[in-house]
Order: sequence, then structure tokens, then C-alpha cells
Amino acid sequence: MQHESEIREPLILGKKSYHQITEDIVRPIEGKATKYWYMLLTVSIICFLWGIMCLCYTIGTGIGVWGSNNGVDWAWDITNFVWWIGIGHAGTLISAVLLLFRQKWRMAINRSAEAMTIFAVMCAAIFVLLHTGRPWLDYFLFPLPNQFGSLWVNFNSPLMWDVFAVSTYFSVSLVFWYTGLVPDFAMIRDRAVKPMAKKMYGLLSMGWGGSARHWSRFEEVSLVLAGLSTPLVFSVHSIVSTDFATSVVPGWHTTIFPPYFVAGAVFSGFAMVLTLLLIMRKIYRLENYITIKHIEYMNIVIIVTGSIVGVAYLTELFISWYSGVEYEQYAFLNRATGPYWWAYAMMMTCNVVSPQLFWSKKLRTNLMFTFVMSIIVNIGMWFERFVIIVPTLCRTFLPSTWNMYHPTFVDIGIYTGTIGMFFTFFLLFTRYFPVIAQAELKSIMKSSGQEYKEKAAHSHDEAQH
Amino acid sequence: MSKVVIHAIYDDEEPLMASVKSLRSNGFQIKDAFTPFPVHGLDVAMGVPRTRIAICAFIYGITGTCLATLMMWYMMVHDWPTDVGGKPSFAYYMNVPAFIPITFESTVLCAAHGMAITFYLRSWLVPGAKAKNPDPRTTDDKFMMVVETKEENKANLESLLRTGGASEIHYK
Repeated sequence: MQHESEIREPLILGKKSYHQITEDIVRPIEGKATKYWYMLLTVSIICFLWGIMCLCYTIGTGIGVWGSNNGVDWAWDITNFVWWIGIGHAGTLISAVLLLFRQKWRMAINRSAEAMTIFAVMCAAIFVLLHTGRPWLDYFLFPLPNQFGSLWVNFNSPLMWDVFAVSTYFSVSLVFWYTGLVPDFAMIRDRAVKPMAKKMYGLLSMGWGGSARHWSRFEEVSLVLAGLSTPLVFSVHSIVSTDFATSVVPGWHTTIFPPYFVAGAVFSGFAMVLTLLLIMRKIYRLENYITIKHIEYMNIVIIVTGSIVGVAYLTELFISWYSGVEYEQYAFLNRATGPYWWAYAMMMTCNVVSPQLFWSKKLRTNLMFTFVMSIIVNIGMWFERFVIIVPTLCRTFLPSTWNMYHPTFVDIGIYTGTIGMFFTFFLLFTRYFPVIAQAELKSIMKSSGQEYKEKAAHSHDEAQH
Repeated sequence: MSKVVIHAIYDDEEPLMASVKSLRSNGFQIKDAFTPFPVHGLDVAMGVPRTRIAICAFIYGITGTCLATLMMWYMMVHDWPTDVGGKPSFAYYMNVPAFIPITFESTVLCAAHGMAITFYLRSWLVPGAKAKNPDPRTTDDKFMMVVETKEENKANLESLLRTGGASEIHYK
């Protein structure tokens, strides 16, 4: 068994046995749903349905119903796409990068963070599929043999790279998540009493039994998938950023975009993980597994990535001035002082200034403060994408094309709808799926559990006397 | 000579590990072990050869790289070379920087899915498969060892298991 330093704080609080962990994880699945769950689900479904209505209206009438116009041809669609994809990145970061770094605190949060990734990428996909204008022709995006002669897709285009990156990212994340879920489904199957539950979890667990050979393959698969997902997650947002960076639009044509987008993605993703987990740990009473220490670790990631994002903003400003290119200088001047100055101010305050408050230990271990901050960061990151897209496009080379952008109710409706969809799926996930990777958690109980750590410290003291 | 299959159940992973080691040193073969979570070193102690699934992943990955290269060469250079934005596609090596992202994505796609499919099929984890653990408690908090031996070694084995800390012993 692995030994862990005594000065590390325990990751599982209270007196737990293996069986107790099982009981705590299946409680939300086997028990009755609370009225909060039903309330949240109702609100989410209403938003979701409203989104579907707006979506149908868009498909039926055309994207003219959006606020996008001749100058500002990318607006909320791409803003929301980048925002959702960015949110997804934290899940992969937690489950893959932290696995490679052997960070054990990931085990309490990786399952729900990965679920968040999958649902967020689904929301993002809605916007990319819709923004083409004729979504029923979206199969044109794939290199399929077709009836127009040999008209292939253009592999030199970053938009094409995006198709491959996002679809690979979604499917690989899904496989990674599901493989991790199999042993936990088996645990639920083995204790299910109701015949329907037994059958469903039996199907989902695909006959898993926990044989030593299977565990050894399972661990190898997790490790290799983590190794593959790590460069994948960095590539996805880098490629998303090249959608902008390879264009010749001032303000977009910058080499800083890939690292800056990746840092921003992790930043916003961790904020969303915090929003979800702070509610989840309260409703499902998982305080012993998702401890204050876990929250603190995530807040530290937020300071680091928030600071990287801050440095990137300042670097952009400096380089635009230093480049001596007046179009570039104007693009940034316009972002900060132009008609959308308020969006820029919002972005700067939420993303650069507010995370710095987490330097105080008191604040980053305060749950209510963290919750409020996590929402502020998400708002800030949405505005970041808005600032990159809309103010840039509303003031391009030709002043005669300059115009303002105003979202319509359809823009707002589809965005609200994706938020509704995201929460609907997440709430269903928390109700029917094991929200914590209990098998993994059991493997660290003796090295990182509070009771075992105290016992080890006690025997260590006695040995010294 | 008739054979007996023994299911020994343990309450913790340490006695299971110790038992596996003592049985192996006494010349018994461990058929399988079922644990609720991965017990590190158990596969080595049981003498299970290291899984070669990572090698499969490498081969699938290389296949993905080749497929993507071939596809992009065929579509962009061979079948219908287009000149987009003054960047003609005369030869593969001229455009290769623009092809790297998709080559990479395809490598990851094939490696990840190929390995996952291999894992599920090799372990026969398919929808509708029967649960492989003989005792449902082994996904919760019990640890089980399955040993197959000849009838005459039964007594010897049982005493080894008992001293090793097995809480229950069942004959199948």
C-alpha cells in the first residue's frame, strides 16, 4: 500500500469503511429524489423546451432570426460554442492531466467533471451545427464521397480541423467516462433489489466482475486514455483558437491565441465544476468526499489559470501597441473604449481582478464566496468570447460596414435552452449514475482516509518514544 | 483425479495479498481474484502476465496516422488538387503543416477507440454479458480468491487459506 505524508490533509473525512463508501455513493440512486431535485429539474426542462422552440424556429425560418448581420456574422452562436467547449475542458483536465500527475484529489470530482465535459460539448455542438445556416446539410462537413464530382472538404482550413477535433474530443471523452463508470455500475447492479434496476445496471455494467486481470487492463486503459486525452484537450481549444487566429481580422490574427484559449478554457471549466459540485455536495450530503480541501485545490487552479488569462490580456494590449500596426491598435482600443466597452470592463473585472481575491486562504475556503465567484468567472469568460467576436467584427476595415449587434429573443432563447439542457442532463446524471468514482476512491481510503491517517500518525508517534 | 474449485473470501486486501503470495510459494496456482477496486501488485503476485493492451493502442494509433495521411493526400493532392487562397496543393509535403492537426486527431481517435474496443472484447464486457463475479459482495467490500486444486491437496490448501485470514471458504 502506498504511504502518504502525514502533513497532507485527508481526502476522505470521517470514519469510513469500504462498505460505508458504497452506501454513501448509492444513496442518491437508491433513495427518493428530494424536492429540490424536482424543482431544479422542472426549471431546467422548461428552459430546455424553450430552447428547442427557438431552435425549431431558427431551422424553420433561417438564421436571419438571430441578431447576427452582414458585418457581425459571428455573434452569440460562436461565443456560446467557444464558451461551452471551454467549460468542457476542465473535466478532461481533472480526469486525465491530474491522473498523469497522480493527484489523488481528482478521484472525488473526476466523474462529475467528465459528465460535465460531455454535456458541455453536446451544447457546443448545437451551436456549430446550427450556425452553418442549413443544418440539414451538415454532413458536408465530413469528407464523404458525394454526388458533386470529387468535391472534397478543404483540409487546409481550421474550420475543418475543428470538425475533427471536436468530434474526436467528444467521442474519446465519452469512452473514457464510460469505461470508468463500468465497475461502479457493477457495484450498483450487485446490490440492486428492484428487478428493473438490476436489469438496467446489468446492461450498463456489461458483466464487469472485478477480476484481477480485468483490473490490470482497466488501469492500463485508463492510463493510456489519460495520456491520449491530455494532448487532445490542449489541441481542441488550440484548434478552436485557430478559427480566429488564422484569419486576417485585426484583433484575431495573433499567435498568443492557442495558449490563451486553453488557459481560459480550464479557468472557466473549473468555475463550472465548482458551481455544480458545491450544489451537489450539499444536496447529496457528500461533504466527507468533496471536502473544503478539494474546493481549495480547485480555487488554486482558478487563481493560476485566471492569472495566465490576465497576463494574456495585457500581452495582447502591449503587442498591439508595439506592433505599430494601426489596424491592430485600433481593434484593441475599440474593444476597451468602443461601443462595447462595458463588455470589456466586465471581462477584465470578472476574469482578471476577481480571481485574485482567492490569494486569501479565508476566501478560498469559504463555500458561499467560492460559489459566487464561480458564477462571476463563468460570466466573465462568456464576455471574453463575446469581446473577441462582436466588438472586433462590428468595426472592421471598411467603416461603411460598421454596425452594432443586438441579440434577438431567439439568440437568448437558444442559449438559455442549452443551459437548460446542460442542467437537465446533469441532474439526471446525479440521480441515476454514481457521481463519485467509488472504486477508485476505495483504493485510496487507507492512504488518504482521515481515520487511517490519524491511526498511522498515532503509531508513528509511539514508535518515536 | 477430481478437481475442486475453492472460493475464499477475505474482508480486506492485505490478507488477500499475503494469502496469494503464500499459496504461490506453496506451489498452488491462483485461478482468479475478484476485488472491488484495483489492488496494486495483485496481478504481479498472482503471476498474471503484464497486459499488452498498450501495444495494441500504439498500433491503432499508427494506423490512424497512416489513414489520415492517406486520406488527405488522396483528397487534396491526388484526386482533386484545389488552390484555396493562393495555397495550391501540388505535393503532400508542401501542405503538410496544415495537415498536422487532423493527422493528430485521427491518431488519437483510432488509438483511443481501438484500445477501448479491444479492452471490452478481450475482457468480454459486452451488453448482456453475465456478471463475472461469483459473489455479488466482491463489488462492494469483499475480496475473493478462486483456486483450483486436486482433491488430495484440499486439506493443505484449506489450512493455508485459514491461516492467511480467509473469512469464508466455499467449495464449488
